[in-house]
Amino acid sequence: MDPYSIVVEPKARPRKHPLRRRKAVRRALPWTVIVAIFVVWEIIVRAFNIEQFVLPAPSAILAAGWEWRAEMLDNAGQTLVTTAAGFLLAVIFGLVGGVLFGSSKLIYDGFYPALVGFNSVPKVAVIPILVIWFGIGTLPAIITAFLISFFPILVNVAAGIATVEPELKDVLRALGATRWQIVQKIGLPRSMPYFFASLKVAITLAFVGSIVSETVAANKGIGNLMLVASSRFEVPLAFAGLLVTSIMGIGMYLASEFIERRTTGWATRGTEVVTGPRS
Amino acid sequence: MNFVEIDRVSLRYGEDGDGTLALEEASLSVSAGEFVAVVGPSGCGKSTLMKVVTGLWPPTAGTVIVGGREVAGPLSIVGMAFQNPTLLPWRKTIDNVMLPLEIVRPHCSRLRREHSIYAAKARDLLALVGLKGFEDCFPWELSGGMQQRASLCRALIHDPSLLMLDEPFAALDMFTREELWLALQDVWLARRPTVILVTHDLREAVFLADRVLVMSARPGRIVAEQAIDQQRPRRLDTTYEPTSVAIIHRLREHISAARTTNA
Repeated sequence: MDPYSIVVEPKARPRKHPLRRRKAVRRALPWTVIVAIFVVWEIIVRAFNIEQFVLPAPSAILAAGWEWRAEMLDNAGQTLVTTAAGFLLAVIFGLVGGVLFGSSKLIYDGFYPALVGFNSVPKVAVIPILVIWFGIGTLPAIITAFLISFFPILVNVAAGIATVEPELKDVLRALGATRWQIVQKIGLPRSMPYFFASLKVAITLAFVGSIVSETVAANKGIGNLMLVASSRFEVPLAFAGLLVTSIMGIGMYLASEFIERRTTGWATRGTEVVTGPRS
Repeated sequence: MNFVEIDRVSLRYGEDGDGTLALEEASLSVSAGEFVAVVGPSGCGKSTLMKVVTGLWPPTAGTVIVGGREVAGPLSIVGMAFQNPTLLPWRKTIDNVMLPLEIVRPHCSRLRREHSIYAAKARDLLALVGLKGFEDCFPWELSGGMQQRASLCRALIHDPSLLMLDEPFAALDMFTREELWLALQDVWLARRPTVILVTHDLREAVFLADRVLVMSARPGRIVAEQAIDQQRPRRLDTTYEPTSVAIIHRLREHISAARTTNA
């Protein structure tokens, strides 16, 4: 009897490398969890015979969504556009503001308290004022999405720029670099991981802003659709609205994560091990 | 005419004049092409001296003259390297080395047009310190010693006539450190910049420098000076020869004297 046969045996049946298998599992896991949630939901609704206007089953939600698909698509498109517009404004103002706040102690000390005070005002309370100024519709929704989402971007970019290591600054300052050059060469690239982290928070907040505004003061958009649906007790349709919103949210989130991974791979170094010289 | 002339320079931190007095009437001069090491007990103001010479901090009193002109602000003829490599993690090694070129005139305006010439220069420099083949690696893919070599290249890329090194090898293990001494000696012999090296390693000072200056405890002053007339290129075992050992012992006595009188 070959004493090593037990060692040789696994070779006879080649298996996937454990690391690769884990990667496949990791990729499938989120989908499994989502499907499982809906399955459990469906079972609970059916088992306890829950009324549709209390908690509709996923199948009913999907059916309602499909039935009203044209309206769904139209309103979701509206919400997506307002959210994206508000988000884009937030990115621009957040970046510019972050650079200003992060690179100048004077601006930081002077304006930060005012900014914090402004940010702690609930944005829902601002919407009626926006309606007085701009009327009902798209514009208040864009502005609300912007107002609610620009603050985290600004704070994060400012933090990234303000926390540049003094030695690193000295390397450039000793060469006669201007303040803007230091921001450009070190501050901005360094704050990019912070920036992208904040984008993921900001995009979700932008959806909150636009949908709240649509619910309060609009005649179009997913928020408006849900309001109308629930006032007519078409609860499955309202839930379908929620579903579409979260799908859009996930989509935008993944988009910003994709850009993040392409541009700031250096910040998450070590996930892929590279050794030795490259040619 | 000396290349660096520091005349009774004092520096007090803080704006109201009640901060720590880091330097007190420190004077020293370095001639062009000379390699000077500054040693002293910790916290004696060695790093402050670096900042004053490079124009990062204006002195409270006294004058600093570099290259015949009084220092009033940062000088682009200076290259600096610190204890930490301070490489930018989002740039490849070669782009890190080329960073000063993007800032220092006249290179910054030529860089785009003559990028390949400058890149070749950076590659040569990296090869000189033994980093051939690692140009396109990111700094975090390099070991600590390799990062410090790259940092040295960055300090040299714009052909500075004055090289300021602030304990550049302090964070490395001894073998790596000795390797880098040799690399630094090669670079210095090849290009002959004026070097001021701040260190607390006496062997390092004696191996590398033409002249070693001893600073007192804070507030820092230059209290002793030791010329080292060994032939170049020096070999590592020269630091264990009796003449070097005697010098190291003498420097050590100066430093312990400096610590007890002032602390």
